[in-house]
Amino acid sequence: MTPKSQGDYAVVLQDVKKTFDGKEFILKGIELKIPKGSLTAIIGFSGTGKSVMLKHMLGLLKPTSGKVIVLDTDLASMDDNTLTKFRCNFGVLFQSAALFDDMSVLENVCFPLEEHRRELSPEDVKKIALEKLKMVGLDTAHNNKLPSQISGGMQKRTGLARALALDPEILIYDEPTTGLDPILTEMVDNLIVETHKARPGTTSIMVSHDLHAAFRIADFVVMLDAGKVLLAGTPDDFYKSDLELVRRFVDKGIKHQ
Amino acid sequence: MIQKIAGGIDRFSAYVFGVIIGFIREIGLVTIFAWQSVKLLFAKPSRYGEILKHMDFIGNQSVGIITLTSVFTGLAISFQIYLGFKLVNATDLVGPTVALGISRELGPVLTGLIVAARAGGAMAARLGTMRVNEQMDALDVMGVNTKQYLIAPRIIAAVICMPLLTALFDFMAMVGSWFLCTKLVGLDHAVFMEKIKNTVDAHHIYEGLIKSAIFGFMFSVICTYKGFNTSGGAKGVGEATNRGVVMSMVSIIIIDYFLMNIIRIVYLFLGITK
Repeated sequence: MTPKSQGDYAVVLQDVKKTFDGKEFILKGIELKIPKGSLTAIIGFSGTGKSVMLKHMLGLLKPTSGKVIVLDTDLASMDDNTLTKFRCNFGVLFQSAALFDDMSVLENVCFPLEEHRRELSPEDVKKIALEKLKMVGLDTAHNNKLPSQISGGMQKRTGLARALALDPEILIYDEPTTGLDPILTEMVDNLIVETHKARPGTTSIMVSHDLHAAFRIADFVVMLDAGKVLLAGTPDDFYKSDLELVRRFVDKGIKHQ
Repeated sequence: MIQKIAGGIDRFSAYVFGVIIGFIREIGLVTIFAWQSVKLLFAKPSRYGEILKHMDFIGNQSVGIITLTSVFTGLAISFQIYLGFKLVNATDLVGPTVALGISRELGPVLTGLIVAARAGGAMAARLGTMRVNEQMDALDVMGVNTKQYLIAPRIIAAVICMPLLTALFDFMAMVGSWFLCTKLVGLDHAVFMEKIKNTVDAHHIYEGLIKSAIFGFMFSVICTYKGFNTSGGAKGVGEATNRGVVMSMVSIIIIDYFLMNIIRIVYLFLGITK
């Protein structure tokens, strides 16, 4: 994968800086280009700005300075309403799955379709939602259960089906395996890879602490340190890197494998 | 010694100043939040389903508690007024006095306090939980305007339901009053009804209903604001709920006094003397 022009990138961050109190900068000039169609893993220690950077990509936070360009559109150029609609290009699987607890599994997946595809009949909405649930391998027996009545793994699957409902161009996984047991972790990792393969052209971005998964499944890895990009490249670039912090990370990831 | 006293005064002044600034800041933030939400009340897409759902929760599910409390309020207030008026041989005026007090003040204020505690607390807790469980972030990234989807329907529902609940409170409190006056202390039914008819006008009832709509707006804005801006996990949800309910209740009682005066001034302009 050797993207050359700006159009080859799904997300471009140009010298993005962010401070909340005007004194301490969380992001200290992020320069990053995430190739379209890649499965990108963003790694780094806690408190290095991963989540803040993700929120900038989603337009939930505005940079103190610098530019965030997503799918060739500068997010700063959009008013709130346009930005709200633009977010339909994203599908996000949250760490906690963030399912609406007063809706059933099926209703959760139908929700984005009912919101944004109002031209669809209720039958069509249900049909699409069932397809997405099938895609993530969730048994139809759970369709009418509330999120509290299904397991953590099933909640992740439902969250992913909901994220896929609008066929977004960018799929974001926010620490999808944090707090899960090794078997569930592997299941979620495989689900991410399968979903990515099943949807060619979709850019998948995974924020993770799980180095093993990051190097195993990602084709582009970004490492953040102290609010800056320390290294961005293929897993091979990481294996070859001489940077001490990168070496420590890589060694830990290899040991895990 | 003098230095110590001066230091103490300094610290106390700074504390008081901080509290005042914080209070003003909070009012400003709630006002901005209210304005942003009100702008979205009639925005597309329409949220009729959500409005009905919240009307069911705020209105329909409050009917039982409002009925129960209003009947006993009517009984208690009537008995106290009866005891007082008996001393001056004016027991015929118990009915109209209770009716005026209930329709103008107690009806809207007590309904406001009860519904703010029940529905307002639930609103703050629900929204706070959605905030800390990332459900609001999920709505944001799904391209759903969270204020339009979560806040505006709750405000509309509260403003619609409060006058209805207040009307119910007024009616049931008068049923309690009638029961006490005519069945327990032996006042004449015809006199009780006639005196009320001669004293209470429609504008007395409207006054209370308008107030109650304003209280509905206030507690729904305050509680949704607190819930919407929750942070800090389960502890944060608890604090948001607590502050939302307390702030709503205190605001209702304070604003009631100012509304009372504003309404008096309006009556003066309209030439209403009763």
